[in-house]
Amino acid sequence: MRKVDVSEVAEVIKKLCMDAGYYLPEDVYSALQEALRKEKSPVGRSVLEMIIKNADIAREEQVAICQDCGLAVIFMETGQDIQFVGGDLKEAIYEGVRQGYKEGYLRKSTCHPFTRANVGDNTPPVIHYDIVPGEKIHIVMAPKGGGSENMSRVTMLAPGAGLKGVKDFVVQRASESGGNPCPPVIVGVGVGGTYERSAFLAKKALLRPLGKPSPDLELAAAEQEMLERINKLGMGPMGWGGTTYALAVHFEMEPCHIASLPCAVNINCHAARHKEAII
Amino acid sequence: MAEDTIRLTTPLTDEDVEKLKMGDTVLINGVIYTGRDAAHMRMVDALDKGKALPFDVKGQVIYFVGPAPAKPGWAIGSAGPTTSYRMDAFSPRLIELGLKGMIGKGPRAQEVIDACVKYKCVYFGAVGGAGALLAKSIKKAEVIAYEELGPEAVRRLEVEDFPVIVVNDVYGRDLEKEGRKQYAVD
Repeated sequence: MRKVDVSEVAEVIKKLCMDAGYYLPEDVYSALQEALRKEKSPVGRSVLEMIIKNADIAREEQVAICQDCGLAVIFMETGQDIQFVGGDLKEAIYEGVRQGYKEGYLRKSTCHPFTRANVGDNTPPVIHYDIVPGEKIHIVMAPKGGGSENMSRVTMLAPGAGLKGVKDFVVQRASESGGNPCPPVIVGVGVGGTYERSAFLAKKALLRPLGKPSPDLELAAAEQEMLERINKLGMGPMGWGGTTYALAVHFEMEPCHIASLPCAVNINCHAARHKEAII
Repeated sequence: MAEDTIRLTTPLTDEDVEKLKMGDTVLINGVIYTGRDAAHMRMVDALDKGKALPFDVKGQVIYFVGPAPAKPGWAIGSAGPTTSYRMDAFSPRLIELGLKGMIGKGPRAQEVIDACVKYKCVYFGAVGGAGALLAKSIKKAEVIAYEELGPEAVRRLEVEDFPVIVVNDVYGRDLEKEGRKQYAVD
């Protein structure tokens, strides 16, 4: 057994919150530059130029890429040979989020659902734990903004709808989202499992390196088809018209119940932030 | 933004907004006010109860934003637009009282577009997710109401050449609809 003090986890979470808030991942930055080269609309190009310049300012001056620094979504894969010591692990993660958002001048966005009173420290984060072989801890911090999360949906299709039904639902969801989720977006698609599992798969799809196709050839072809159909709608950057609405579609799939075809679409804005660390 | 930009200084008059056409790029100067979900709920609630608004909206521009905290040396933290449709239920009331501009992102409901035509108000779009860049155009920020709402408090901002685009003009045109039509491929 390897012992890990929970205070170390808190420190790592704190740094991940700040780094994710300031530094746009390189794959996203490259995809935006590529989009700028290809975009046909002059307004769309000026939007992309501003987005790229914004990422430069955030990186150089270490300020939040976007004022919506998101709910803190944390994926934590823990090796089964790890033993946590020194306190409550969940509380340590919360403390890392508190410190990261406070010291990083990041916006605290959690509030009471009805009174709308701000919690004040951006807790609670959403934590997805997983137990894996080994004695390492792999943490991914993926802050998620509200604008694009609001455009996400889960539907329970009839099995007869098939892959075509999934593709149509995804394209329709993008079409109805328009300028709301800060396009160009990344579209995560999750199919399979149960109602909530499909949403998790769609979220996880967003973490894949941008534009890397699914290893499953059928899914990779579906990703490409959905991407082309979405961009042909003409919505463009910020929904003001153009040829780049989505940078990529990422599709994850698992077996599901014989009665079901759960299908989730999780949309991410162009500020697709995530940072990871290994303890 | 494009070369042929229009510079405007707030407060705005009917004549100012009548000159603006869908797709125009505009640089806003002067004072604008922030307000998003919770602030709009409270403002409309105040109107329902016959109470005064935190500021007189006549001729003014409201920016739908909940900024990040300011780092030392900055007037404000990252400050890009939030999605506007959530304010659709409240905006017509403020437009009726003389509001001349709104800054946000994403499409508006037909009721808002109609109110913009009837009472002469313009809906501007700012680039979402460009909050660090947009913060550079904000020279001063002070909370003037609902401080307990944190990022959602109403702030008075002094802006210089704050870059926006006209999405809905006073003639009922809509950049989201027309831009999409122009670039759609069958």
